[in-house]
Amino acid sequence: MDVLVFIVSGTLAAATALIFAAMGELVAEKSGVLNLGIEGMMATGAAMGFVAVSLSGSYTVGFVAAAVLGCLLSLVHAVLTLVFRADQTASGLAIGILGLGLSSAIGKSYEGRTVAGLPELNLGPLSDIPVIGEMFFQQDIMVYLSIALIFATWYVLTRTKLGLVIRAIGESPENAHALGLKVRLIRAGCVGFGGAMAGIGGAYMSTAYTPLWAEGMIAGRGWIVVALTVFGTWIVPRVAFGAYLFGSMSLLELSIQAFGWNIPSQAMSVLPYVVTIIMLAVISRNLAFIRLNSPASLGAVLKIS
Amino acid sequence: MVETPLLRLRGVTKAYPAVLANDAVDLDVMPGEIHAVLGENGAGKSTLMKIIYGSVRPDAGTVEWRGEQVDIQSPLKARDLGIGMVFQHFSLFETLTAAENISLAVPGTIADLSTRIRAASAQFGLDVEPDSRVQAMTVGERQRIEILRCILQEPKLIIMDEPTSVLPPQGIAKLFETLRRLASEGIGIIFISHKLDEIKALCDTATVMRGGRVVGVVDAKVEDARSLTRLMIGREIAAPSHSAERGDGHAVLEVAGLNHTPLDPFAPALKDISLTLRSGQITGIAGVSGNGQDALTRALAGEIVQGSQDAGTIVLEGAELGADTPDQRRTKGLHFVPEERLGRGAVPIHTLSENTGLTTHHAGLVNWGMVKLGKRRALAQGTIEAMDVRCGGPDATAQSLSGGNLQKFIVGRELALRPKVLIASQPTWGVDVGAAAAIRQKLIDLRDEGAAILIVSEEIEEIFEICDTIQVMFRGQLSPPVQAQTASIDDVGLAMAGDFDALVLREAAHV
Repeated sequence: MDVLVFIVSGTLAAATALIFAAMGELVAEKSGVLNLGIEGMMATGAAMGFVAVSLSGSYTVGFVAAAVLGCLLSLVHAVLTLVFRADQTASGLAIGILGLGLSSAIGKSYEGRTVAGLPELNLGPLSDIPVIGEMFFQQDIMVYLSIALIFATWYVLTRTKLGLVIRAIGESPENAHALGLKVRLIRAGCVGFGGAMAGIGGAYMSTAYTPLWAEGMIAGRGWIVVALTVFGTWIVPRVAFGAYLFGSMSLLELSIQAFGWNIPSQAMSVLPYVVTIIMLAVISRNLAFIRLNSPASLGAVLKIS
Repeated sequence: MVETPLLRLRGVTKAYPAVLANDAVDLDVMPGEIHAVLGENGAGKSTLMKIIYGSVRPDAGTVEWRGEQVDIQSPLKARDLGIGMVFQHFSLFETLTAAENISLAVPGTIADLSTRIRAASAQFGLDVEPDSRVQAMTVGERQRIEILRCILQEPKLIIMDEPTSVLPPQGIAKLFETLRRLASEGIGIIFISHKLDEIKALCDTATVMRGGRVVGVVDAKVEDARSLTRLMIGREIAAPSHSAERGDGHAVLEVAGLNHTPLDPFAPALKDISLTLRSGQITGIAGVSGNGQDALTRALAGEIVQGSQDAGTIVLEGAELGADTPDQRRTKGLHFVPEERLGRGAVPIHTLSENTGLTTHHAGLVNWGMVKLGKRRALAQGTIEAMDVRCGGPDATAQSLSGGNLQKFIVGRELALRPKVLIASQPTWGVDVGAAAAIRQKLIDLRDEGAAILIVSEEIEEIFEICDTIQVMFRGQLSPPVQAQTASIDDVGLAMAGDFDALVLREAAHV
């Protein structure tokens, strides 16, 4: 039972950073903008969040600072692709590399330091329920916020006028422009939201999940986020499922080590990435489904005046 | 008392670097009037409509809206004034439902709009199901949504840009009924077309344009097709001469049991297609596009290679083509003119001479891997002369030619190789009247030399004009052939909507 509690509660925590970044990327991609700079934005958010928490002692300040910097970085991508019509792939990669550089510059003098770590939220009687309480109700606030974010993203995209506008722009910015929708503004908003969420996801890694700063600590999670949105066929529940699958696999890695099984640790570290991608690739084979949910203009240069 | 026109243009002029698109154009549209704007491709109709709809600014001239001078700076402004437009190429979002599409342009919740959509559907005879997705809809349904979206914005003037070009004949009658009902509510309608019979059937007044100028404002009911044509193109065009079949009529290309499921899940699968093309005959495939014509022409041309057991056979002069590539099929005498001129029929940025080499390199153009440039150039020059292609010579790039001229060139390039079988997809789509007539005549000439020809066309008039036998394609199935001379245009229209029996039974009655 202890193992199960460990895996479930650990999965929620391990997936939280991915959920933030993936919901942000999902919204940006739904509007038709591919952002390949997520890895860099998460890294920048992680460094910024860590430094801000170290200096101010406030987690709120830390997450806000990370969100603002992630947002600013992504708006560079928005300006390059929406105003100057740069190629989305090239621009995203460049901004991603810039982000990685920026993260090491910001965190340079904090390398290897730690902060206190985000405290668990005390939910009173809920937290005291045996097993269930230990699994679900002894988490920090960001875990709950990430779950709320999943529902909010799903609701906005599928049930509101704003979501309709985002989906329409993602399918055909030309038609949307002809209808008088503010294509650039909405897209910039979506990309900026994506950057802010990536920043928060990164900050969660460095201040809560493993409360220390080490360069390269995002370790490809930004790329997993990009893969999650695509293999999750741009459907919110599927993308969230992918994030939790990744989280549980990375927990499995730790548990197996705890059992003392003699499996090379390198092989185990690869496991979450491999399993997540194979799993999502298998469930995303339905072409009709993809065509219905994928933003048709994703990655294309904007052809409106 | 004289009524104030809804819209009055005076001296509207718009120049582009190469052409004067509109030269001092005047136009008056009254409330409740259906006003035709008639002209060939390139006559300046589209530019004029873009000026009225605010997406292009005129260089000179005035626009009056209900008696007051206005400056229409953007489509948004046009909509505010009460000007709506139904585009020729639809601007709908495929993955959204009808109601969602409409809600992007009309305020209100989806539930509210669905009620209003149903009400307006009933009022104007526009069948639309608000909750169904555009993706699965026919062209006619899509057009009805566009019109509904326009109507729900409560416009005073609706611009219809070539609305009938995508509809089967029965759909056209229905559309006209709707437009008449709208006009009776006092809405002005500008109806753009180059189909004379439609204008005579529907419109009150016609403004005829040629070369950017208004060459006449006439009463559409009084004029006849000949006088309108003369106004529109400035000369008379001879209908292609269409003699009786030539050649021995032996089967040149035989297709049996062709099945194909395209990768695109929303494109129809080809179901058990059988087709025989005979020497000295033109076979026409009628049907609304998107019913599998694309997959069929690709399969015949070799762009799709059949793999599986039930894929069927394609036999050219007794020899199975199997997995031959388009190139190998060309050397055997099967040629293909695709629907898209730029990008598939010709490389836009290459010269005509280079484009000639793409499909004719077997005709002695290559020696030890080296291209004989002089010979290729001569071949291109020959095509230009034979087809009367208006261009800057063999060194002009493909993209510098107008649609009609490039199409003449592409058809000519294939004709120069004396094909045994020619497959042409929408050979006169978007081509001006003069070029279309020239291309049709060349196809008939080729037939008279004994070639077997397959024409895929959405334009039912074209099919009847040049084809000997007609087959109809609907949802991936091909109807049995009927004789063009005895078939009725209405039966073919019914078959285009899926009723093959109407076509076949009537045909049997004739025999």
